[in-house]
Amino acid sequence: MPHAGTGDAAAPPIAGAGRAHYRSDVAKIVPLPQAVSELVHDGDTVALEGFTHLIPFAAGHEIIRQRRRDLTLVRMTPDLIYDQLIGAGCASRMVFSWGGNPGVGSLHRMRDALATGWPAPLEIEEHSHAGMANRYVAGASGLPFAVLRGYSGTDLPTHTDTISTVECPFTGERLAAVAAINPDVTIVHAQRADREGNVQLWGITGVQKEAVLAARRSLATVEEVVDELEPVPGAVVLPGWVLDAVSPAPGGAAPSYAHGYYDRDNAAYRAWDAISRDREAFTRWLRTIEEAA
Amino acid sequence: MSAEPVAGTQAASGWTADEMMSIAAARTLRDGQACFVGIGLPSTAANLARRLHAPRLVLIYESGTLDTRPDELPLSIGDGILAESALTVVSVPEIFNYWLQPGRIDVGFLSGAQVDRLGNINTTVIGEYDEPTVRLPGSGGAPEIAASCREVIVVMRHRMRAFVERVDFVTSVGHGSGPDDRALLGLRGAGPVRVITDLGVLEPDPDTAELVLTALHQGITVEQARAETGWPLQVAADLVFTAPPSTTELETLRAMRTVGSKEIP
Repeated sequence: MPHAGTGDAAAPPIAGAGRAHYRSDVAKIVPLPQAVSELVHDGDTVALEGFTHLIPFAAGHEIIRQRRRDLTLVRMTPDLIYDQLIGAGCASRMVFSWGGNPGVGSLHRMRDALATGWPAPLEIEEHSHAGMANRYVAGASGLPFAVLRGYSGTDLPTHTDTISTVECPFTGERLAAVAAINPDVTIVHAQRADREGNVQLWGITGVQKEAVLAARRSLATVEEVVDELEPVPGAVVLPGWVLDAVSPAPGGAAPSYAHGYYDRDNAAYRAWDAISRDREAFTRWLRTIEEAA
Repeated sequence: MSAEPVAGTQAASGWTADEMMSIAAARTLRDGQACFVGIGLPSTAANLARRLHAPRLVLIYESGTLDTRPDELPLSIGDGILAESALTVVSVPEIFNYWLQPGRIDVGFLSGAQVDRLGNINTTVIGEYDEPTVRLPGSGGAPEIAASCREVIVVMRHRMRAFVERVDFVTSVGHGSGPDDRALLGLRGAGPVRVITDLGVLEPDPDTAELVLTALHQGITVEQARAETGWPLQVAADLVFTAPPSTTELETLRAMRTVGSKEIP
């Protein structure tokens, strides 16, 4: 089994170390409640990735049902899923680069938590998309930081201590540097897996590969488990041995979408605005999630 | 989209101020250009341009969809229709690192909550960062789009609260604090070359980089533009009037629908 890392305390953690948990060389196909129970702990840094497409809503709702607390939620676009986790009181911190309801407006649970601390105070660490993408690239690459042309002249570096600058050793040019992200656990949703736990996703593949490879533990929820993964143009395949668990979750990306399976439910994104604006409406919504088995 | 209309424009002219803005913004894009598109007003205008005079406009969205040709407007930058109609779909790190960062993109097409006298854009907070009066979505791809595209075009409704002397937070750098600032900051693109509003067009003065009024849409007066601008708005000596929308432009714009919606965007 390939692995990275030197044991040096300053080095990034060994990729895939959490897999020892299952004492197996392939990802275990397990029910979603079991996977969340075993992989997501209070206080963890958790990344649920999926750039508009393949957002792991079913896994997020399971985290809500299991009442995880004090999570650091990492995601480029918090979207409805983090609005829901924040409103449910699961998070104490959020690392992100664009926190809105795409094409609709604001994330009102996020805004409420920031402004009033309801239901729990929320700290934020804010980046640009390019910065966040490169933080995942560094994390996946086993590097402590990434270099990019970015942030220069903006007010973000004043407020975010994981943004700095570095001098190019060859040209002397000053460039932006961002600290690597290595989540305790990354969760992604994909179209399908085979019975060995190899996972295949296609369409807009976002930053999922990097987010999984950067993480200590990882879970993929899938629309279906199949005997064989038919090749698809442009698909990302995550080998079973880099994942800790695969959980079947048909429809698990709704109201976002799964390319080739179902469309984005734009009406649900619009409808979320009214639910999210009002604590009582949100609390009623939360009850439906908590009561769903 | 909800914003108070400019008084009287529709009744007097047969089109809304928003329609004039989208059409004026679409006209500014040239066929064959590569355009990095923000969601909302820029996406509407870019897709309109592609249906009118710029069929070979290369539309790029930060979700990694490269040269996409949606037949309906996406609600988000990652709608399935963008992937289905794209020449290719690349990862998010790739779209920023390989396509945007090296300066391959001609035009960055952005909007914002605030733009200032020097073209700097705020999409982060109104008020103080730690205790904002309004928390906005944040950066997204905009800071690097504004830094690295060859030029930037901003599309925004012209309102006093949005056109400010100095933005509360610099999310994306326009001309910084003056005409030499972009070079000093190592920003390689030209920055904002045009701000298209529902009242007219502002462009940076070549000497000071200050946004000045260079065009007014039909039926709008200099006084109206000044009344909605938070700095003493200068007027270019060669101020022009925007040509009114043609029937084709209006019909094409009104025929565009957002995915999953019956509304006009």
